[in-house]
Amino acid sequence: MKPAPFDYVGATSIDDAVAQLASGDATVIAGGQTLMPLLALRMSMPLTVVDINRVADLRGVSVSDQGVRIGAMTRQADLLTDAALAGALPPLVTAVRHVGHHQTRNRGTIGGSLVFAEPAAEMPATAVALGATLELRSAGGTRNVAAETFYLGPYMTDIVPDELLVAVTFPAWPRHARTVFREVAQRPGDFALVGLVGAVEIEGGAIARAGLAWFGMGPTPMRARQAESALVGRAPGDIRASEIAELAIADTDPFDDVHATAEYRREVGRRVFAQALTAALAQEGQA
Amino acid sequence: MSEHPIALTINGQAYTGRIEGRLTLADYLRVNAGYTGVHVGCEQGVCGACTVIVDGRAVRSCLMLAVQADGSEVRTVESLAAPDGTLHPVQQAMRDNFGLQCGFCTPGILMTMAVLHDRKEPAGEDEMIAAMSGHICRCTGYQGIRRAIRQLTGSAEPAQEGAH
Repeated sequence: MKPAPFDYVGATSIDDAVAQLASGDATVIAGGQTLMPLLALRMSMPLTVVDINRVADLRGVSVSDQGVRIGAMTRQADLLTDAALAGALPPLVTAVRHVGHHQTRNRGTIGGSLVFAEPAAEMPATAVALGATLELRSAGGTRNVAAETFYLGPYMTDIVPDELLVAVTFPAWPRHARTVFREVAQRPGDFALVGLVGAVEIEGGAIARAGLAWFGMGPTPMRARQAESALVGRAPGDIRASEIAELAIADTDPFDDVHATAEYRREVGRRVFAQALTAALAQEGQA
Repeated sequence: MSEHPIALTINGQAYTGRIEGRLTLADYLRVNAGYTGVHVGCEQGVCGACTVIVDGRAVRSCLMLAVQADGSEVRTVESLAAPDGTLHPVQQAMRDNFGLQCGFCTPGILMTMAVLHDRKEPAGEDEMIAAMSGHICRCTGYQGIRRAIRQLTGSAEPAQEGAH
């Protein structure tokens, strides 16, 4: 037994979970694919572990005209087999395919990945790119936070210890929106050296909306805001992908580590962005 | 420190007990229930050796608390071969193709293969090989495992035993 001793509490409802969190030094366990290693390494030694696995209200995907709401406890594997989600939000499904491995997606949850805030992870960047909102619940009430303002630094977010992520809501994107996705990693399942995710909506022959964010390219997901602005209003045929890529790189803040230098990440990022944008604009789709 | 009652099924047999919250499913299966075919390598979710099937899905048993398996149906490598010793098709494919050397990673690999092979629409070669990214093998260089998967998914002729 490697984790330090803790009290285990199986929450029965959202209110129950939130009440447990309010009572002191407690940590939530959802899929456990990040927390369990931290417990085993004793990097995390909470007094209480609150298990939300049996809270049915935290699970499930609902698709409406307004968008997509996904319960925080919904497992990554279940997002890959949800037919309604596949039609409504293809970029999210594409990104989930790159989260961890088959075995970890069977336990891992979208909420866990969102709040862990690993800078090179797919889910936080996807939430930022597609304009998602996070619904946080505490004993004091509910707070909605835009994904874009939620991420403060590596593994640091706006959530406070007595809050529980209940759901993530993505605004509607039209079915013909194009998926932008590229990930460069050393092996499948590894965190990205460079990653790009998002969507481009083409309406009446011109780009009406673009949502693009990098992962592995800074301390948080990095939204490619300048590139988005440059794309909107342009006809796909008038776009020089390499110029937009340059703008997108300007909104990154990559770092040197044992895997790659910041300059390498920028150079790979330029190429990946241009390729992914070109591929997205060439996708089949009406408009 | 809290103690919790659990009741679960392992390889078709019912188990009950009282356990500490911090006990991992991997340790419960090995120490409390005696299924030492569950191999514990890294204990931090990297190597995949401890993979078992919980309620029909391949999961890392070191990344799950035993108390979370309350009410679940768990299968370990001990459940694969028939009582008369006949190997499960995934075991036979690994044996035919020299898919193991020291055997430490093998039980985990077999459980991922078994769940993908035994489901209603068996996985094809690409999906099964992609799922192998969740396992580390330090002996084989993976080529024997790839051959086993090709045989299993019908994309290669069965190998001759002892041909390698």
